[in-house]
Amino acid sequence: MIDMRVNLCGIEFKNPVIAASGSFGFGREYSEIFSLSKLGGISTKGLTLEKREGNKGIRIYETTGGILNSIGLENPGIDYFISEELPFMIKQNTVIIANVGGNTVEDYVKAVNKLNETKIDMIELNISCPNVKEGGMAFGIKSKTSYRVVSEVRRACKKPLIVKLSPNAENIVQLAESCVKAGADGLSLVNTFSGMAVDIKNRKAVFDNIIAGLSGPCIKPIALRMVYEVSKAVDVPIMGIGGIMNYKDAIEFIMAGAWTVQVGSANFIKPTITLDIIDGIKNFMAEEGIKSLEEIRGVI
Amino acid sequence: MDKGYKKGTITSNIEIASNIYELKVASSFNSPFYGEAGQFYMLRAWNGLDPFLARPLSISNIMDGEITFLYQLRGRGTERISKLKSGDSLELMGPLGSSFNTNLRGNVALISGGIGIAPLVFLAKSLKANIDFYCGFKDEVYYIDKIRKYSRAVYISTESGSVGYRGLITEIFNPALYDIAFSCGPVGMMKRIVKMCKGKIPVYISMENRMACGIGACLGCSIKTSKGMKRVCKEGAVFLGEEVFYCD
Ligand SMILES: Cc1cc2nc3c(=O)[nH]c(=O)nc-3n(C[C@H](O)[C@H](O)[C@H](O)COP(=O)(O)O)c2cc1C
Ligand code: FES
Repeated sequence: MIDMRVNLCGIEFKNPVIAASGSFGFGREYSEIFSLSKLGGISTKGLTLEKREGNKGIRIYETTGGILNSIGLENPGIDYFISEELPFMIKQNTVIIANVGGNTVEDYVKAVNKLNETKIDMIELNISCPNVKEGGMAFGIKSKTSYRVVSEVRRACKKPLIVKLSPNAENIVQLAESCVKAGADGLSLVNTFSGMAVDIKNRKAVFDNIIAGLSGPCIKPIALRMVYEVSKAVDVPIMGIGGIMNYKDAIEFIMAGAWTVQVGSANFIKPTITLDIIDGIKNFMAEEGIKSLEEIRGVI
Repeated sequence: MDKGYKKGTITSNIEIASNIYELKVASSFNSPFYGEAGQFYMLRAWNGLDPFLARPLSISNIMDGEITFLYQLRGRGTERISKLKSGDSLELMGPLGSSFNTNLRGNVALISGGIGIAPLVFLAKSLKANIDFYCGFKDEVYYIDKIRKYSRAVYISTESGSVGYRGLITEIFNPALYDIAFSCGPVGMMKRIVKMCKGKIPVYISMENRMACGIGACLGCSIKTSKGMKRVCKEGAVFLGEEVFYCD
C-alpha cells in the first residue's frame, strides 16, 4: 500500500500537493473543474486585515519559462474572507491554509487573532510579497526584522504557524533560522523573485511598480537549492515552492528536504495540473517501491 | 461544468487581411463547442511551456459544433497560432467570462474598432433586433460581407480613407438613433463611445486584458470599476461601459 499522507505540524495532508497562494484564489473557480478534495491542501490568496485593490497597470507579463506578476495583494480583507469564502472552503475536505500579509506588525497580529477563532487549519505568514510597498517583503529580507514579526505573531497565533520566506532574503538560511527561533512551526519557500521587464518601444518599465515577482520553471533550480540548504539548517517541516510543473519536480523538492510542495504558476498551464502531479508521484512511488514519502524526504 | 482543456482540430487558418487571421476549429471530443456572444476560450496551440501562458480569443462564430476565432497577429502567442495548419490540433478551455445580453428588441448599434469586430460579429448573428453596424479600421477592411448578413445597415470608416468615411468611426455614430449600443475595440474608442452615450443610451463593451488563469483565480486581469475591482475573465469581458469608464 502506497501512503502519500504527510503529517505536518499535527495536520494531516492526504497527499503532499498544495495549491500555492495567489494561483488558486479561494478555490471556487477550480472547484467547478475538479473536486478539491483530491488536493493535499490549498493556500488562500494573500489576505490582509483591510481589503486591497491591488496594483495599477499591467499585472501579468510572460517571460521565458515563467511569469512576472504585480498583483499587489488584491483581496477582500480578512472579515469578508471569514464570512463569505471560508465556509465554502472548509466544506472541500482538504487542508485550508490562510495566507496572511500585512503592512504592519499590528495588522498581522489582528488578522491572526481573527483567524484563531475560525476552522482554518494553518496560517502561512507571508513576509515575502515583493509587490506591496510597505510591509510584505520588507519584513522578510533581514533576519532581525523577520524575527520581530514572527515572534509577535507567534504570541498571538493559536494555529500551526508556517512562515513563507522570500528568496530575496539577504541570507535565506539565517532568515530561516531566525524565523524558527521566533516560533515558526514550519517554513514554506520560496515566494517570487524580484524581477523586472522593459517595454523598449515606450522606453519604460512594463510594471507601474517597476519591480515585479518572478515565478515558474525558470526559478526552480534556485528554489530547490534554497529548500535544500534550509532543510539542512532547521528542524521544522518545510513546504517546497518554486517552478514545480510536474511530478518529477515535486519529487526533486521532496528529496531536497521538503515535506510537502506547493504548486503556483503551473495551475495557469492547465487547471488540473495538480491532479497530474499527485498521480505522477503515486506512480513513481509504486514503480520505485517507495511505501511512504518519509523514505525519500531529504535523501540528498 | 467541463472547463478543463479539450483538444480541437483546425479546419482552416487563413490570413484574411494583413496580420488578421480567421481560425476555424472542429471539436475532436464528443461534445461540440458552445458559448455565447462575448465569451472567450483560452487557447494553447503548442506543446511545452513556450509561450508559457494560453491566449484568450473571443468567439466569432459557432456553427455545427465548429468554432471560429478572428485574431490579429500581435505577439508570440498569436504568431504561433498563425503558423498552424488545418489538421493540426490545439487545446481549448472555455467558454469563459460573461456574455452580451442578446434578448432585446429595438434599434441597436454595434461599434467596432479594428479587430474588435471579432466578438461583435457573433453578437450580430445572435441578436434579433435592428442592427446598424459601425466598423472602424485603420486602412484595410475585413469581414464586411459577414456582418452585412446580419445588419440593417453597415457604416465603414478608415483612418486612411481607403474605404468609406475617412476618419474615426466615432465621428459618424449618433447615439440619438438607438436604444442600446455595443462596442469593442481600442480603449480610447470605447471610452469616447461611452461618453457620447452617457445619459442617453446604455453601452455594453467588451474589455481585453493580459490573462494568466482565465478563470478568475489569479486576479491578473482585474480592473477598477465604479462597482469595485472586477475580473475581465470572470465578471467580464462584457461590462456596462459607464462602470469601466466612470472617471470622466
Ligand atoms: C499571480 C500570482 C499571485 C501570487 N500571490 C501570492 C500571494 O498572495 N501570497 C503569497 O504568499 N504568494 C503569492 N504568490 C507566490 C506563489 O504562491 C509562489 O510562492 C510563487 O509563485 C512560486 O511558485 P511557482 O513557481 O510554482 O509559481 C503569487 C504568485 C503568482 C504567480
Ligand atoms: S486571468 Fe486570472 S483572474 Fe482573470
